Amino acid sequence: MAYNWNWGVFLQPTATGDDTYLGWMFYGFKMTIALSLSAWLIALAVGAVVGILRTVPNKLLAGIATAYVEVFRNIPLLVQLFLWYFVMPELLPEQLGNAFKQTNPILQQFLASMVCLALFTSARVAEQVRSGINSLPPGQKNAGLAMGFTLAQTYRHVLLPMAVRLIVPPLTSEFLNIFKNSAVCSTIGLLELAAQGRQLVDYTAQPYESFIAVTLAYLTINVVVMFGMRWVEARVRVPGYIGAK
Amino acid sequence: MHEFDWSSIPNALPFLWDGMKISLEITLSAVVFGIVWGTLLALMRLSSVSVLSWFAAAYVNLFRAVPLVMVLLWFFLIVPHLLERLFGLPPGSDVRLASAIAGFALFEAAYYSEIIRAGIQSVPKGQMAAASALGMTYGQSMRLVVLPQAFRNMVPLLLTQGIILFQDTSLVYVSALADFFGAAYKVGDRDGRLVELLLFAGVVYFIICFAASRLVRHFQNRLKTA
Repeated sequence: MAYNWNWGVFLQPTATGDDTYLGWMFYGFKMTIALSLSAWLIALAVGAVVGILRTVPNKLLAGIATAYVEVFRNIPLLVQLFLWYFVMPELLPEQLGNAFKQTNPILQQFLASMVCLALFTSARVAEQVRSGINSLPPGQKNAGLAMGFTLAQTYRHVLLPMAVRLIVPPLTSEFLNIFKNSAVCSTIGLLELAAQGRQLVDYTAQPYESFIAVTLAYLTINVVVMFGMRWVEARVRVPGYIGAK
Repeated sequence: MHEFDWSSIPNALPFLWDGMKISLEITLSAVVFGIVWGTLLALMRLSSVSVLSWFAAAYVNLFRAVPLVMVLLWFFLIVPHLLERLFGLPPGSDVRLASAIAGFALFEAAYYSEIIRAGIQSVPKGQMAAASALGMTYGQSMRLVVLPQAFRNMVPLLLTQGIILFQDTSLVYVSALADFFGAAYKVGDRDGRLVELLLFAGVVYFIICFAASRLVRHFQNRLKTA
């Protein structure tokens, strides 16, 4: 029962005839990248706002932000995804829900996945933003206020410029995570990289080649992001600060 | 607007509880295995034997670069074939579930090993030097001096990782194993009450994980003052 290795399978036309199997993989690759990057941008924006709110001296706002973070951190990603995809359209006002259900199914899967990944990651980004702001000496905020800055000005001109640079290294690992987490979206049928890998196994009967190729694709994404972020980290490092080499 | 009907949940509770037991079993076995194998990996990574440290680094980096879903699919679809061929098992002998659980544990061990490595490195170097000066071998100083201190510092992190791991168990869904989430999904699908069952699952996960993380924080504060 020797296994027949056949790497040439990627160049064969698919069963549906419109593409090669390599083309399928590339489609999945693009889907993974598009999904992760768009979710990452939303996660950064939402996470920054929520993280800042957690540090403001207003019990109500800070409480809401804390509740937000706890909800998104204590429910598994897979459950959140199913809630967005299967439950949310039912809970929306009828017209809106129906409008969603009538759009292109690929678009539905993509939107649900994007919102899910974005908000899931935003709670983690918020925690990093908060710990970045809290890691600054309290004198910085006091000095800003003593200079006559409003609270918003203190954040804008004193705290955030420093905090943003400090949190880049921990954000790198969240950025890596969002690519890995995007594989979960294969469960609702979105044809990203992991789903294409599974489909390739079914269609080509070459499971080893298919899975090795998909795994290598994830490794490549990982390495590229890591080197890219290392470059960014070097650029934004605060000289003389702990952790700055 | 959706009309809620929660009536299928009470009848399904025993089935859901069976699923929860599977989730907890996987969590527990992966935590135990993860800490043991993770400790070995961390020791290898820090060892002066370059083959061992190279192997541990490769293992950890590989598992941390690949999505858990991919690892589970590898161990669910590919590894059983491989085992059948290697050991000449009769085809159809069901090792797939055991394989998926093993894959899960191997994956989580990589994350545990990084926590444990940081914990070992957080113990001041003088402790190791003092133990050696007292005539202890490397093994003795690790076992009796460094590791006990390292683990004491790591307890909150190890428990937090355990909560993350519990959430990750829901992903065994891809391997057709009926854990709590899988059970909830099945009931919802059967009764056409997916909305209610998914919401119920979300609430249950939230309550468990929120309570557990509060406990860890409480524990952490007590450790700090001690």
